[in-house]
Amino acid sequence: MNPVATTFFFYFLAIMAIVSAIAVITRRNPVHAALSLIVTLLSLAGFYLMLYAPFVAAVQIVLYAGGIMVLFLFVIMLVNLEQNIREYQFNKQWLVGTIAALALGGLLLFVYRAGRGTFPSNFYQGYGGLEADNTQQIGIALYGQYMLPFEIASLLLLVAIVGAVVMAKKRI
Amino acid sequence: MAEITTMHYLVVAAALFIIGTIGVLTRRNVVIILMSIELILNAVNLNLVAFSRLYGLHGQVFSIFVITDAAAEAAVGLGIIIAFFRNKETVNVDEVDLLKW
Repeated sequence: MNPVATTFFFYFLAIMAIVSAIAVITRRNPVHAALSLIVTLLSLAGFYLMLYAPFVAAVQIVLYAGGIMVLFLFVIMLVNLEQNIREYQFNKQWLVGTIAALALGGLLLFVYRAGRGTFPSNFYQGYGGLEADNTQQIGIALYGQYMLPFEIASLLLLVAIVGAVVMAKKRI
Repeated sequence: MAEITTMHYLVVAAALFIIGTIGVLTRRNVVIILMSIELILNAVNLNLVAFSRLYGLHGQVFSIFVITDAAAEAAVGLGIIIAFFRNKETVNVDEVDLLKW
């Protein structure tokens, strides 16, 4: 099963994801940042399609780009301040924080370089699951092997709903 | 044309992770800090799905759990932001210093 992941599409999606991710953390207006984040999420959905994970790609689009980002835009509209856009956007530790994060990135690259022989780098050698029954396989795994984590996740969502209502309510 | 390997995906995910970390560490706006956390979670998801291409379906199941977590975290975090904005009329993190000694 040859991957349809052509080199061109990979680099196109990678550049789109990284450029819009940089726009997320540098834009002054939070609405622009949210729109850039949507572009990043959509290009990640493209990556999932290239990796033969159509169900995760659909969940990414429906739940992230459709659900969570609408929530973000709604909250931005609730708390948007004209004066906040005119203020200084980065805190006092921005230089130290950036250097520390880049050092972490250098460490990650070093580890990847040192350990690249420990897993098959080529997708041909890997697990060749059929993409046609991908959703079915995920459903079987979720309701079979991962039954307890699934229930815990539903409990977590219930707690999050109650918590969000309690936090956002004016008077309890 | 060079072939796309697992390492390419890992490097893209690492770049997204680092960008998200820089956003969390340097921005003052709480909403953008939450968006950077979403970036970090998405980088982890890309790693999980890339490895599930090699080792079977478990990575995709885990990435769905991560998306569930992200939804719960976004709901609670944005609720906290609304409550905070109602009290202090600001969204800057460095003005949240009530518990600071």
